Amino acid sequence: MDSHDSHEIAHVMPLKVLFSIFGLLIFFTILTVAIAELHLGRWEIIISMLIATTKASLVAVYFMHLRYDNPFNAMVFVFSLVFVALFLGFTLVDVEQYQPDLIPVEDPIATGS
Amino acid sequence: MSTTTAPPPEAAPPEHSGGGNDDHGHGHDHGHDPFLAHHFGSAKQQFDAGKFGMWLFLVTEILFFSGLFCAYAVYRSTHPEAFANADQYLDPMLGAANTAVLIFSSLTMAWAVRAAQLGQQQLLVRLLTITLSCASIFLGVKAVEYSHKWDLGILWSSMFNPQLHAHHSPALLVMSIPAMLAVVATAILFGLGKSKQKPVQAKFWGCLLITSAAYFGGVGLGLVVPIIEGAITGETAVEVAEHAAATEHAAVEHAAAENAAVKHAADHTADGAATTAATAGSVEAAAAEQVAIDMTYTGIFFSIYFVMTGLHGIHILAGMGVIAWLLYRSLLGHFGPRYFGPVDFVGLYWHLVDLIWIYLFPLLYLIG
Repeated sequence: MDSHDSHEIAHVMPLKVLFSIFGLLIFFTILTVAIAELHLGRWEIIISMLIATTKASLVAVYFMHLRYDNPFNAMVFVFSLVFVALFLGFTLVDVEQYQPDLIPVEDPIATGS
Repeated sequence: MSTTTAPPPEAAPPEHSGGGNDDHGHGHDHGHDPFLAHHFGSAKQQFDAGKFGMWLFLVTEILFFSGLFCAYAVYRSTHPEAFANADQYLDPMLGAANTAVLIFSSLTMAWAVRAAQLGQQQLLVRLLTITLSCASIFLGVKAVEYSHKWDLGILWSSMFNPQLHAHHSPALLVMSIPAMLAVVATAILFGLGKSKQKPVQAKFWGCLLITSAAYFGGVGLGLVVPIIEGAITGETAVEVAEHAAATEHAAVEHAAAENAAVKHAADHTADGAATTAATAGSVEAAAAEQVAIDMTYTGIFFSIYFVMTGLHGIHILAGMGVIAWLLYRSLLGHFGPRYFGPVDFVGLYWHLVDLIWIYLFPLLYLIG
């Protein structure tokens, strides 16, 4: 038969790593709240999405074991994100295309005023 | 994926062993892993196959949520003013508190996977209970937020009608009914388990009793955070929201009055003498009308807010159901170094729910 040890079935995450990642995630949460207080205008979404993506990567790589996992699982996960990017990208490009041609609605019932 | 809190009735080796065992005879099964299905060559193969299946499920979840993220992105690109306007109605501190709670539950879940791998049975039970309690706390804070929005009239699309003062409706009480019932039911079942001397049942319902009670801890947290925040900034969050509502309200009423005045003027000036007055007023009227339109758009923002956070909340509930199932099985001592797949797979799901919240929090609460 095979191993009698869980180490050979899957990687066991050391406690030190788990606690460090938790600390980093809390740090980034505080950071993103603090930055939001500064009201940076159009940079706000870019910075907060960068921080969110950093946090999401930490969760995926360490809490979800992707670093020590079968790379195929990581590939499946990354491909899903590629498809999300395509979905959002194409939809936004399409919206931007027809947005200038929209005829504003002036009917008071439709506008709710 | 079982989403019910009721544990599976079978206490002995469950479905995985299958009925095929009998064909091979009991001699063959001797020394065999009780949870290793016959169609897998090894525990590792079974684990890898399960994990791959879970990742495929997570991919469908990501694509499922991406529909809502797409709605958010499109609406944000066409109506950024609605997002700037909605910012004042959301308390970032409550969102941040919930983020911290979810991140902590992710830590305990990841730690639970480790405990299962190392065969630390008692630690596993405790960590799963903490994870469940964190989920309960999250829902408690969410209930405070939802009920406060209900009281202030900050609702979806056409229901969006922010009020000057919060109504004192029993919304929070009504939302807490399921948790109250859960506390009573788990307490009764815990007592039954104790009196009938069924230690596994007693422990299981005891852990769920802690979980149900944790909801009220979450409600407490949700009520206390704005007070602490108010003590620091010198103004309560409620007042801020009410102030915002007041400004909006005044503007809308102004718009209505202006509209009436303009219409009135236009109606009674066939000779055109008062047309100049109407045009002068119409600039202001247009500005006020813009506020009314903003209100409609902000209402649509809150439709997106409620659907996204609501769907996320349903995922939390489903996750709690599956973790309760893990808890029961870990009390039966099913998990150990040779078999910990279910803990790992549920952990993956739980981390994904956390991951989605990591994006929802800045998108909904912080960016205005």
